[in-house]
Amino acid sequence: MEMLSGGDMLIRALADEGVDIMFGYPGGAALHIYDAIYRQDKVKHILVRHEQSATHAADAYSRVTGKVGTVLVTSGPGATNAITGIATAFMDSIPMVVISGQVPSDKIGQDAFQETDMIGVSRPIVKHSFMVQNPADIPEIVKKAYYIAASGRPGPVVIDVPKDYTAPNETYEYNYPESVSMRSYNPVQKGHSGQIKKAVSAILAAKQPVIYIGGGAIHGNTPELVTKLIKTLGYPITSTLMGLGAYPSTDEQFIGMLGMHGTYEANTAMHKSDLIFCVGARFDDRVTNALDKFCPNAKIVHIDIDPASISKTIAADIPIVGPADTVLQQMLPLIEKGKDKVDSAALESWWKSINEWRQKHGLYTKNRFDDQSEMIKPQEVVQAVYKATKGEAIVATDVGQHQMFAAQYYLFDKPRKWVTSGGLGTMGFGIPAAMGAQFAFMDDTVVCITGEGSVQMCIQELSTLKQYGLPIKIININNQALGMVKQWQDMNYDGRYSEILYEDSLPDFIKLAEAYGHVGMKVTKREELMSKLEECFAMKDQVVFMDIYVDPDEHVYPMQIPLESVGDMQLSKTERTA
Amino acid sequence: MSKRRRIISVLMENEPGALSRVVGLFSQRGYNIESLNVAPTEDDSLSRLTLTSIGDDLAIEQITKNLNKLIDVVKLVDLSEGSHIERELMMIKVRATGSMREEVKRSVDIFRGQIIDVTQSTYTIQLLGDSEKLSAFIDAVGESIVLEVVRTGVSGISRGEKILKL
Repeated sequence: MEMLSGGDMLIRALADEGVDIMFGYPGGAALHIYDAIYRQDKVKHILVRHEQSATHAADAYSRVTGKVGTVLVTSGPGATNAITGIATAFMDSIPMVVISGQVPSDKIGQDAFQETDMIGVSRPIVKHSFMVQNPADIPEIVKKAYYIAASGRPGPVVIDVPKDYTAPNETYEYNYPESVSMRSYNPVQKGHSGQIKKAVSAILAAKQPVIYIGGGAIHGNTPELVTKLIKTLGYPITSTLMGLGAYPSTDEQFIGMLGMHGTYEANTAMHKSDLIFCVGARFDDRVTNALDKFCPNAKIVHIDIDPASISKTIAADIPIVGPADTVLQQMLPLIEKGKDKVDSAALESWWKSINEWRQKHGLYTKNRFDDQSEMIKPQEVVQAVYKATKGEAIVATDVGQHQMFAAQYYLFDKPRKWVTSGGLGTMGFGIPAAMGAQFAFMDDTVVCITGEGSVQMCIQELSTLKQYGLPIKIININNQALGMVKQWQDMNYDGRYSEILYEDSLPDFIKLAEAYGHVGMKVTKREELMSKLEECFAMKDQVVFMDIYVDPDEHVYPMQIPLESVGDMQLSKTERTA
Repeated sequence: MSKRRRIISVLMENEPGALSRVVGLFSQRGYNIESLNVAPTEDDSLSRLTLTSIGDDLAIEQITKNLNKLIDVVKLVDLSEGSHIERELMMIKVRATGSMREEVKRSVDIFRGQIIDVTQSTYTIQLLGDSEKLSAFIDAVGESIVLEVVRTGVSGISRGEKILKL
């Protein structure tokens, strides 16, 4: 039996768990662990410039690979800096393990230097957490942490490790468990067959159905099954922000994203539907709008791995708790071979209505923004990026108008290409997320679509990009204001622009990029947009920071009208649904 | 939907931090806790926690679902869904002088409590029952003579063969 110190056991356990990369930042309480990292070469450690970035990078690594992301930080400020990233992962159900150093066990509770109660601070934003009580437990805790993070509804798990338990002078028998069983944690393995039968007959009986998918369709590895389902049924499908890419966005049956900035056709179809079949989404407030006006005629069939997501905001008529892939596998044969059939006459007239809505106000039948204006429109930037990357890039975003334009105009045909902070809406996510995604796929084009507000929240990572040679492309949609806040102030506060302007204090992003050793390019004219972007994407080995000046007065539309139904939208500055 | 008082009984891992996860869940999600008590069971590795909360069916469903999601929670039951027994212990110190001494003692007898400590001017009384009975006792003796009240919060158990165990 091998004898190892706590620190060596920890890193060795990560290696045995199959972790090949971790993102972190050293500090006093984590020094023994960092020494253990130095003595091995199985787990690669990436030194970021701020712990928040470590969590976002690990989160994005997980989103694009489906594996569990790993983070290592020190105690106190290291741990608290990681909090925003942990909360981001928690809201979007991203599997992640965050290891935080802690002050020595005999100093806990004494307000020691760099002491923070990490278990307490992180409690509401983790799926679970472990405080190491005995170094010998480390391998088992690591095994449990990865199991919990990845199974059921995924989420972040924190392991807090007091410094003395990782010290090199004491060693323990190392044995990495092959499996783990916990009496208090047994995620559901399949759907209830009675409920599934009921769901199938309701789905086939529908005359105006909509399939509504969310992030769970991606986490649940369902894209092929969802495609099969949609093709078998011939029904329209919409997706939340988190589910984009689970079904090909360019397919005729995809009616666009739904919700606050969803398409006219998706929101209208939802509102008028008689059946909503939800796969792995949670009826959150950015989708439902006013709960009491939500889809008045719709019967709700809801598959979710997390029972607490069912009937939380909108009561499900037919709930099915279970992993989306298994439930769909149980369901498909019943749909294909059962005696109930799709009502094709009803479906045809349903599609006729949907196609009329598409023609009338759809985002993809013609440009719904002024594409002849003097200034570049932000929507055009995303369209141009889509074209320049042939729709095949991994796209990370920050949060705000640019994020919504990216969701609307970059049409994802494949899952795990779209990396955005949906639930928490974390500004600063973009660059570190692009960084984490690039580490996972070094040969792929990774784009960070951002704005001049968000990008400044984690801009220090330009340095990390240099250190590791990560050639991400930063598309800064620069409208010289905090655009989404500005839009709300335009719409709801009579244009009183409270604290959204920088008063000529924006940095020269070109010089800034150059200072970090990257390429910077400024674009102000429509006619040079495409050529400059092509130039940018041709620089395969360089980080390119594209600072693109756009119309500062552009709004994101459609936009649901507060306190109204899913289908009540502002369609432009002057037009709204009846 | 009508709101009712529920008694939720939880078996959870006897681990550090487990209780704070339960309590944290309630404040985090805006659920109310009327009373809460927790103690180890015959199995050292498990604690039993009983809490009472007031809510409609949907709210209570969310509470039990979210409690079940906590990794430290092994099993739970909403006792108020079936026939059950609930008990709460109260110790109450009252001012008892002159003619009041006899009067208070009579009330204690009627409520089948015991006087467990006596001074010249006070009685300390122990009383067991459901929460309503304990409140009724306070009303009976009159709040004006009450000096101090300690209640354990509700404990509950199902009637008959039904058990909450691993």
